[in-house]
Amino acid sequence: MFLLAAALLMQPATDPPVDWDKEFGVEEKVRDPVTGELPVDSYVQANGNAGAAPFAGSAMATAFGGQDGIRRIANRTVELSEADPRLAAIFQAHDMVRLKRTLFEQFCYILNAGCDYSGRDMASSHKDMGVRMRDMNALVENLQAAMREGKIGFAAQNRFLGKLAPMSGHVITR
Amino acid sequence: MDQSLFRSLAALSLALFCVTAPAAAQEASLVDGAKLLLTNGVTTIEGTSGGGVATWSTIAGRETDRGIGLSGHVTLIELPDYGWQSHGVAVGIANRIELSYARQNFDTRDVGTALGLGRGYTLNQDVFAAKLRLAGDVVYGEPLLPQISLGVEHKRNRDAPVARAVGAAHGSGTDVTLSATKLFLSHSVLVNATARLTKANQAGLLGFGSEGGDQHRLQFEGSVAYQLSRRAVIGAEYRTKPDNLAIAREEDWWDLFAAYALTDHLTVTAAYVDLGSIATFDQQRGGFLSAQIAF
Ligand code: HEM
Repeated sequence: MFLLAAALLMQPATDPPVDWDKEFGVEEKVRDPVTGELPVDSYVQANGNAGAAPFAGSAMATAFGGQDGIRRIANRTVELSEADPRLAAIFQAHDMVRLKRTLFEQFCYILNAGCDYSGRDMASSHKDMGVRMRDMNALVENLQAAMREGKIGFAAQNRFLGKLAPMSGHVITR
Repeated sequence: MDQSLFRSLAALSLALFCVTAPAAAQEASLVDGAKLLLTNGVTTIEGTSGGGVATWSTIAGRETDRGIGLSGHVTLIELPDYGWQSHGVAVGIANRIELSYARQNFDTRDVGTALGLGRGYTLNQDVFAAKLRLAGDVVYGEPLLPQISLGVEHKRNRDAPVARAVGAAHGSGTDVTLSATKLFLSHSVLVNATARLTKANQAGLLGFGSEGGDQHRLQFEGSVAYQLSRRAVIGAEYRTKPDNLAIAREEDWWDLFAAYALTDHLTVTAAYVDLGSIATFDQQRGGFLSAQIAF
């Protein structure tokens, strides 16, 4: 016993660290060199995955400052949520590069600002996250903060939230 | 502010502080305070959560489905011939159940002399209420499915002899309410409709029922509100009332209100209220001011 312990202790320090992912056959995910995104399991792409029908006309797209304004709001919502102690644990465990893109596409599609949505549907994107009502409210507050920073009028903010609120049932899973 | 009121408020603040302070340090605290701003409504004259005069299907406190919420309030109404003061506490459990208590004090001022009660005679009433959210969510879910709640309000008039003297059949009574409330985000408009079964005369301050009419009557409470910002909302309410007493006509109530969340925990509501004729004194229109703290 003592000898075994001593032998273990005396192992040369230069041994390469064990790659446990490899030992257990966990496939290593590599970020795409162009997009910087991690790969995801394949799924069928469709605008229907966005979870809401887009607004008619261009008033909402204009109110949100077109694609540039929408991109700032989507990025900011993700950044605020990553830094939010209430949500950090959920967000930091996922691919924020992809989320910034897909969230932008979803917002842009719903606001009818000229995008297609290429992400997954709301139920499958959130199914293993264990999101609760309090997390949902925290995310809404962060989106509201991002829209306030973007100087979006309150009535337009609410109109947009009105498209997202009915998705709660697919996002809140416990 | 009288001394007992001050004391109860001090005790309330201390109790709220004790519950929330240590909990704030934990990760998922029981008093989670995570409800969206203003979606707990503002306290009504009956101590339930709603729009000030009308009860809504909202649940008091700032908790969500896994937490406990608390709130306390003080309300003053200044009328030409009367003064109203009420205060109370409410607990919200898992945004599902609301339990509340309110004490109402109705100062009859000079009317007290006219009615032979003595100047400044104050009618008092305790209201114990419970509300259960049956379905829906005021903000989330199906856009056309409102939050629906069933409530009971047990009212105990502490001046039953006066109530009987004016012709009331009982000194206490129980109202049943069924409310539907929804925030239509597409228009920033909140709509509430409440059906109330009640025997109460002037909300119970003049007792319940009368010799001639001692059955529960179906009444209606409606509110429409517009959300100006995350913190501000303005609105109007209408509330029908039974007219049981022979000695005095009773009229419907309406009000125009503005509520503002000064902080996440403190909401003030100011309103213009028209309480109609009360105990033969007509045109009781005046100002309503209410402060609510909620966790
Ligand atoms: C109605 C509300 C919500 C909408 C519209 C929404 C929208 C989206 C979209 C478009 C995606 C990308 C799907 C994809 O990668 O294909 C996504 C993923 C994600 N969402 Fe949400 N979301 C909502 C609520 C929430 C909440 C409440 C949380 C957590 C508190 C959350 C956390 C996340 C995370 C961490 C991801 C990344 C998932 C992954 O990479 O596997 N979302 N969401």
